[in-house]
Amino acid sequence: MTPVRVSVVGAIASIVLVLVVLELVRGRRLKERYALLWLATGVVLLVLSVWRDGLNTIAGWLGVTSYPPAVLFAVATLFILLVLLHYSTVISKLTDENVDLAQRIALLEERVSRIRTRAD
Amino acid sequence: MTLKRLVAIVPAWNESGAIGEVVDEIRDYDPTVDVVVIDDASTDDTAEVAELHGATVLRLPFNVGIGGAVQTGFRFALDEGYDAAVRLDGDGQHAASEIPKLLGPIEAGEAELVIGSRFVDRGGAYRPPFARRIGIGVFARLVSLLGGQRVTDTTSGFVALDRAGIELFAAEFPHDYPEVEATLVALRSGLRVTQVQVDMRERTTGSSSITFVRSLYYIVKVMLSLLVASLRRYPRLQDARQ
Repeated sequence: MTPVRVSVVGAIASIVLVLVVLELVRGRRLKERYALLWLATGVVLLVLSVWRDGLNTIAGWLGVTSYPPAVLFAVATLFILLVLLHYSTVISKLTDENVDLAQRIALLEERVSRIRTRAD
Repeated sequence: MTLKRLVAIVPAWNESGAIGEVVDEIRDYDPTVDVVVIDDASTDDTAEVAELHGATVLRLPFNVGIGGAVQTGFRFALDEGYDAAVRLDGDGQHAASEIPKLLGPIEAGEAELVIGSRFVDRGGAYRPPFARRIGIGVFARLVSLLGGQRVTDTTSGFVALDRAGIELFAAEFPHDYPEVEATLVALRSGLRVTQVQVDMRERTTGSSSITFVRSLYYIVKVMLSLLVASLRRYPRLQDARQ
């Protein structure tokens, strides 16, 4: 069985995570688009912390018999990996867009200076 | 087919010592060639020197790496409607006198991409260090296998392209260590790729961008690029022509 203290700490931590993310979105320091995965992480961890029977049942399915809270850590780790992978794709996209912009600036600046020279 | 408008694309990063001579050599060799130097955010006066010697200079606002710099040149060539482009390094290792060899197959309508290679003939003067020779050979075999056409040197930066090649590379060009993957992209897009034997000089200034520490990253990155490039679908040039 999951110790009650683990459930309480897990629930508090999940609620804090959700609240912090919501506050960041409210203050426009985090875009909704990038908040969704974090919110999903918080909600799933909250459900698994509060719904003790559920956690035990899932642990049973996975063959984790000795210590059900290990499933909580596993789920948290999985979500963190998902968030990091998502960020890697975002960074890649930003990198491509940055290079594209740099190239356009170089091309446009050359064109502007050529037009200027012609106008003089 | 005679090529009406030709552009020489020269990427340069901190090459103020060599770039003037490179530009002069191309212009002396063929005054009708427009020389475009892409300054990849040099900290020295590469851009000013190139401009002083009569090149058109594209100044990147920050360093984007060799692939991104070269692609800027292809985009320029596309925008300005050039019929063909030759790419040379900014350090002077590619001789302007070899340009006609590269353009030959394009003028004859035999290829869309011509790679200037040091190893087409066995008799070439250049013998790279052992490790590099192995690497070049492995990449060439892989690209030949995945691209369905035999190539012997995919690491060369001395290449010529016709309009179709310019269009492809303006849209699709790898950002770092681009040459090997670019060759595969060209093959998979249906470009005809040919190699010609050229001589290359030793670098006059600066040092090769591929240091020992970076070579491991280089090998792994290129391998991964080749793998995913062979899984990707590219628009076929032949399909577009029909």
